[in-house]
Amino acid sequence: MDYVLNLILIIIVAIFVNNVVLAQFLGICPFLGVSKKVDTASGMGMAVTAVLVVATIVTYLIQVYVLNAFGLEYLQTIAFILVVAALVQMIEIILKKTMPALYQALGVFLPLITTNCCILGVAILVIQKEYDLLEGVIYALATGVGFLLAMVLFAGLREQLELIDVPKSFRGVPIALVTAGLLAMAFMGFSGVDGGLKILFGL
Amino acid sequence: MNNFKVLVNGIIKENPTFVLLLGMCPTLGTTSSAINGMSMGLATMCVLILSNFIIASIKKLIPDAVRIPSYIVVIASLVTVLQMLIKAYAPDIDKSLGLFIPLIVVNCIILGRAESFAAKNGPVASIFDGIGIGLGFTLGLTCLGAVRELLGTGAIFGVTLWGENYGMLMFVLAPGAFLALGYLIVLFNKITKKA
Repeated sequence: MDYVLNLILIIIVAIFVNNVVLAQFLGICPFLGVSKKVDTASGMGMAVTAVLVVATIVTYLIQVYVLNAFGLEYLQTIAFILVVAALVQMIEIILKKTMPALYQALGVFLPLITTNCCILGVAILVIQKEYDLLEGVIYALATGVGFLLAMVLFAGLREQLELIDVPKSFRGVPIALVTAGLLAMAFMGFSGVDGGLKILFGL
Repeated sequence: MNNFKVLVNGIIKENPTFVLLLGMCPTLGTTSSAINGMSMGLATMCVLILSNFIIASIKKLIPDAVRIPSYIVVIASLVTVLQMLIKAYAPDIDKSLGLFIPLIVVNCIILGRAESFAAKNGPVASIFDGIGIGLGFTLGLTCLGAVRELLGTGAIFGVTLWGENYGMLMFVLAPGAFLALGYLIVLFNKITKKA
């Protein structure tokens, strides 16, 4: 029972309290780059979520059965980035053959995901936090959902910004950053929720 | 283009933080104080100079089709070395930068410069480009860190100017990063473009 409650806590913390974009600053490039429209933003969010989960499983297995087993922990960074890059390529090829419709929808975003630091960041964090495989997968999934949520909210705000007469030197990225700051402030309202839930769950 | 021009170009005209807007994750994530921002900037600069030099020197040996993975391996090896050095000699910096040191690998500035400058120019010019862009990045991060530290805690580089009681803690926390960077870019645009 405690284990299940712990998983629920991981989900809530990863989505709301420690949101990957708005609190941990991972994946800022796509957050600012492809958030002009809600549908592209949600496409990117879903592509990242899928890659996150698969990459976490693979890097976890590599860490435990290759790096730890042979005492090669110092090769973590090199091994993980190569795995992520190869994995993204592989997912691209598989999607192209098996699900052309989904590939069409996500196509543009897939290559961009390799340099999205939240993939490598989450893979390293799962090892650092000493999660087991199930906890790691749940954490990766919840982080992806948190990313998707932040992307969609932010894209919605930016669609509205298009209609407003913004001062000249604020146009483009600066006003987007200020908006993101306000969104991050809203998410700060969740801070401390994890402590309360911990007491509630008796963990 | 002479080497001096390459250097200045990286600091002002192609400033990675304020103009190119590259490497935003470490820019926002590590600038809770001026000293943190500066150490992140310097760490990235070390990797950038060496990766530019190595890639410019070996570019003729790398087949075109696999150049991106090869660049990533070069960068990742350099980051691993740096990570071990920082852990051994500067454990405080390791603690405050944490996850963002291994994440230098996916910093788009480094791969971007490898692809757009080092792959087309000689090793010496590439070193100067690395120094220029690296200094520009360090400058941007230090500025942002100083502004956030001053507004958030009333101190700069740990030297108290008006005391913690008058600080707005929000600027040290996440929202302050976005707000401070947004306004700094506006300021930079105003000064350089007279917009």
